[in-house]
Amino acid sequence: MSEEVRLMKGNEALAEAAIRCGCDGYFGYPITPQSEVLETLMKLKPWETTGMVVLQAESEVASINMVYAGAGCGKKVMTSTSSPGFSLMQEGVSYIAGADIPALVVNVMRGGPGLGTIQPSQADYFQTVKGGGHGDYRQITLAPASVQEMADFVGLGFDLAFKYNILTVILADGLIGQMMEKVVLPPFVPRKTNEEIRKECPWASLGKTPDRKRNVITSLELEPEPMERRNIALQAKYAEIEKNEVRYEDIETSDAEYLFVAFGSAARICQKAVEVARAEGIKVGLLRPITLFPFPYEHIKEQLTHVKGILSVEYNAGQMVEDIRLAVEGRIPVEHFGRTGGIVPTPEEVIDALKQKIIKK
Amino acid sequence: MKEEIIIAGFGGQGVLSMGKILAYSGLMQGKEVSWLPAYGPEQRGGTANVTVIISDEKISSPILNSYDTAIILNQQSLEKFESKVKPGGKLIYDPYGIVKAPTRTDIDIYCINAMDTALAMNAHKSFNMIILGGLLKICPIVDLEYVMLGLKKSLPERHHHLLPQNEAAIRKGMEIINKH
Amino acid sequence: MTTQDIIKPENLVYAKPSIMNDNTMHYCPGCSHGVVHKLVAEVIEEMGIVDKTIGISPVGCAVFAYNYIDIDWQEAAHGRAPAMATAIKRLLPDHCVFTYQGDGDLAAIGTAETIHACNRGENIAIIFINNAIYGMTGGQMAPTTLEGMKTSTCPYGRDVTLNGYHLPIGNLVAQLEGTRYVTRQSVHTAAAVRKAKAAIKKAFENTLAPEKKGASFVEIVSTCNSGWKMSPKDANDWMVENMFKAYPIGDLKNI
Repeated sequence: MSEEVRLMKGNEALAEAAIRCGCDGYFGYPITPQSEVLETLMKLKPWETTGMVVLQAESEVASINMVYAGAGCGKKVMTSTSSPGFSLMQEGVSYIAGADIPALVVNVMRGGPGLGTIQPSQADYFQTVKGGGHGDYRQITLAPASVQEMADFVGLGFDLAFKYNILTVILADGLIGQMMEKVVLPPFVPRKTNEEIRKECPWASLGKTPDRKRNVITSLELEPEPMERRNIALQAKYAEIEKNEVRYEDIETSDAEYLFVAFGSAARICQKAVEVARAEGIKVGLLRPITLFPFPYEHIKEQLTHVKGILSVEYNAGQMVEDIRLAVEGRIPVEHFGRTGGIVPTPEEVIDALKQKIIKK
Repeated sequence: MKEEIIIAGFGGQGVLSMGKILAYSGLMQGKEVSWLPAYGPEQRGGTANVTVIISDEKISSPILNSYDTAIILNQQSLEKFESKVKPGGKLIYDPYGIVKAPTRTDIDIYCINAMDTALAMNAHKSFNMIILGGLLKICPIVDLEYVMLGLKKSLPERHHHLLPQNEAAIRKGMEIINKH
Repeated sequence: MTTQDIIKPENLVYAKPSIMNDNTMHYCPGCSHGVVHKLVAEVIEEMGIVDKTIGISPVGCAVFAYNYIDIDWQEAAHGRAPAMATAIKRLLPDHCVFTYQGDGDLAAIGTAETIHACNRGENIAIIFINNAIYGMTGGQMAPTTLEGMKTSTCPYGRDVTLNGYHLPIGNLVAQLEGTRYVTRQSVHTAAAVRKAKAAIKKAFENTLAPEKKGASFVEIVSTCNSGWKMSPKDANDWMVENMFKAYPIGDLKNI
């Protein structure tokens, strides 16, 4: 049977993909621009087919703690939210990191700070890749740039989460959540049985059996030395992830004199800018980080053999640009161009910015 | 082939659903498509617009600053988008509710009395399908058979008995669109 | 007769439950927690549900509850235990899922989670230790602190014009359609301990009876002799005299 191609919003595709990839539970709270995730799941009633639990919680604080608890049982659990809701979730996010358990959170970003706007934004980059909650922790961060990736990254996100016992964040933006494109949904994968979870996740709290000690999901350790050992182990895990899991996409970079670096839907706009600028004779390419943590520092450094300047295009006041500068170590100009307040720049604006900020220099 | 289209009017006119049907039709014909709404809290009565791209090639940016074709269904949208049609592009408008007609001379302007026709047909909900018919007449980006398939995919099954009525409205739109 | 002559199986009149381990408890002498822990362990053992019981420990004095009873546990963020129990019970519907929470955890920072888990009718058990004070952080005012009662953050006594009134959250959750069993017990006498155990057992049994859906809420009116700055005996007397007036013992709801 050939795969069915469908036209869907990013948020809808994400919800369908969750059911298909064997997700055990979704716990969420409505917030624009991602409410279609919960709405789609409620409409599809997966509890009648795969047995997946779907619950509207009383707040984002409750929903992330439901995710924390489900993850502690070794279940594939997730939530989705938008920026103000993700701020509320930071407590639970930090606990998930501290307890070393796998889970998936989707943030369909909108403009801030504060209540801000419901229009698209990428201003939660720092919050997601540099921390956000308390303590020294990291989370794998995937940035989808299409509706297809919204669907594909659910399965990938869970795979990575369970490979490293870590939280994966799908950092999307309102534009990706709300736009419709064609999408091929992933094939159905059955949910894991409790027996399978007991084997694959021996740490999970599923009820103590006589053959093992009690399992306790906790991030608490009052003695400094064991607590430091936990931190060292976490850092070793993050280093391993940085070694193995960097993902990016190159578009016309091999002969590029100039480079856009952009993630999510901003990369789509830059891709159009590459087409238009190349037609004008400007040799520009696009490097799209797919993982924001781990960030493709090395791959950006490799571009220094032929690239003369980089423009970081983000829907924020300049966040990822700091990581690009870390990669480049001051050897070529790296500038930022972005719009805030929920405004998405057009390809023409991006090309103008490249000319003004990079080529003129 | 690539057609970049903006459809703009009031919420409740069927702007978003018309865009969705158009995009689904393109998809049924095997094309690349994108549908991007200017989303907001307004469900009814506020301004609504949607960018639809139908292309043989993979689509890069779903958001644009200029369009091959603009479909304009109220005065505010005319003021906002007339200037954003590419030179040599097309602008389709329904004079119902337009007090100041478009004035550009470097684009092709088409007029379609869709609202009056829909009211005369006693089928005001077919308004957006009449417009779609007009678009397909002057800009045959998708074949009618695929439009019907797109409609079928976009409409919930309980509305499938309305498919013939929609087809009639599309054909009507093809008849009544005129060069300005 | 030596001690060794007495310690023989045939002379055994009491044994602690086997899932109660030998870790040294961190609770103060005279604290009610130790007794309630034992009751929870006894009930789980008697019901034979060790392999399908999951406890949620709170932030507060009972944060280390997981160190003392050999079942699977999860340690909650402050106040979030009912949200966690909700998820676990829904993901593992044939399990007995219970929270063990103090008054600051359940009735201040976690009020929303408590009310909504109860109102959804989650098939969980909530064990609520109400000693009218924050014990772990050193005796600060709790939402349950009685009017006029002195704590480190109301050193002149709780003043209702400044801090409002003691919160009888048990009465509050009893009004919700989603609760099926709400009771208030204590553990200051042997008779009270027996009644409290029966209440905990009923709550745990409810979680495994899906035909009668609803949350079970067992409030244990307790002492905190350290926080109250009293001897254990004086604390019990003070509790009977003052706490029982604000928090009368008995069933509030039993469907």
